[in-house]
Amino acid sequence: MRHAPLTAFAALLAFAAPAAAADLRICVEGAYPPFSEISPSGDLIGFDIDMARALCDEMGKSCDLVQTDWDGIIESLNTKKCDAIIASMSITPARMEVVDFTNKYYHTPGAFVAEKGAGLEGTPEGLAGKRVGVQRGTIHDDYMVGEFPKANLVRYGTQEEATADLAVGRLDAVAADKATLDLGFLRSADGEAFEFFGGDQAVPKYHGPGAGVAIRKGDEELKQAFNAAILALRADDRYRTINEKYFPYDVYGAEEGEGGSTAAPAEEPAAEKEAAPAQ
Amino acid sequence: MNLDLIFRHASDLLRGVWTTLWLTGSSLAIGLALATLCAVILTERIPVLDWLVRAFVYVFRGTPLLVQLYLVYYGLSQFPEIRRSFLWPWLREPWFCALLVFSLNTAAYTAEILRGAISNLRRGELEAAVAYGMSPVTRLRRITLPAAFRQALPQYSNEVVFMLHGSAIASVITIQDILGVGRTINARYYVTYEGFVSAAVLYLAVTFVVVAIFRRLEKRLMRHLAPVAAPR
Repeated sequence: MRHAPLTAFAALLAFAAPAAAADLRICVEGAYPPFSEISPSGDLIGFDIDMARALCDEMGKSCDLVQTDWDGIIESLNTKKCDAIIASMSITPARMEVVDFTNKYYHTPGAFVAEKGAGLEGTPEGLAGKRVGVQRGTIHDDYMVGEFPKANLVRYGTQEEATADLAVGRLDAVAADKATLDLGFLRSADGEAFEFFGGDQAVPKYHGPGAGVAIRKGDEELKQAFNAAILALRADDRYRTINEKYFPYDVYGAEEGEGGSTAAPAEEPAAEKEAAPAQ
Repeated sequence: MNLDLIFRHASDLLRGVWTTLWLTGSSLAIGLALATLCAVILTERIPVLDWLVRAFVYVFRGTPLLVQLYLVYYGLSQFPEIRRSFLWPWLREPWFCALLVFSLNTAAYTAEILRGAISNLRRGELEAAVAYGMSPVTRLRRITLPAAFRQALPQYSNEVVFMLHGSAIASVITIQDILGVGRTINARYYVTYEGFVSAAVLYLAVTFVVVAIFRRLEKRLMRHLAPVAAPR
């Protein structure tokens, strides 16, 4: 075995070299249940993850999912660490200055949660001086800064950290996407003592037309491919199958071209239907 | 680099500097007091207590600061008993968790620095103090500790700078210190450099001041050790 060290070195190199390059690398997050989270066995699971795989399948491309922190996820796209972001990223004018978006692949409104019976109101006055948690750099962060200047805003790196701190009583409320609060928190063991308040939050200026796939500016071909794939999944059973795996209601919202109304989850506690979006 | 963005958030960044300064400063003050106590216990070999101090130093020097902070902030809050206890009004506050962990962490490191300095003191000075009939406490107060602090100064200035930079992890438990503000700027405007570069510049500036203060202090306190002009 004269060449043993050499062989070992070659093996090391082979290990270090990037795996057989996939057609596309897709940035996903991993701390945003039920859209994306890490299962106890360490796998990425969730609506975004299934959607990413289904879209790749439909486009006939092989994809690597790259788990990326929300902080800096756009930078990862723009520095070509990945080719697209499928991480429940809402389409907003500010983001469109740095990336392009496909059409939405789902659209749910924003919402507030607090402890049951806390009696909070989802108005700028009602939340004045209250500790409200948000995930840093989300539309809910912008919404709170823009419309609830008197709230005591507390920013977290992930959505899971924000709801964890709400659950132990460090926060009075959390502002986030309604579906992630509902399925990722309220219906989990941690969320039993909490409820929505203040109704759906859907101010177009902040909340935008839904979550899309983000791609680098000018990547027109990929954008069209994703758009076609989203429509194709929507046209047959595939979207519905993934949707039903996670949500008891359709998260797609209004069909493209039907106007900008938001998804009204079908079976929700009556309490949240009453209030119009606070503005 | 969007300088305009940085200047627009100058007041936030300055508030971040203030948060970093008071958090680091208070931790260092509490930590130094605790470390002095620990160092005396270690060098005087006070039974039981010295064993406890050893365990404390071992644990806090043996685990990363980030892990300690996570354990106190996210870990302790998982126990309903703690959330119902008198400690909760304190432990629910991010700043208190950071202050607690940082103080204990720097205390552990500083205790070791001081212990080393004390054991390196010149025997003659201590023997002279004994010959003068000083009680052990007087000896500690007048001779041992002043000499040890002086000797530990260069090493301690390192610890201060480490603590200053270590305090940046306070931003992971929502504290808007220098790095916290930088991260917020990055996240809200989808930029990478603006927040981190302003944070780096501010840490650099604070470090510069800290180092300058210690250099002056060293010069003053070490005057008696400075080389004198050679006789002609």
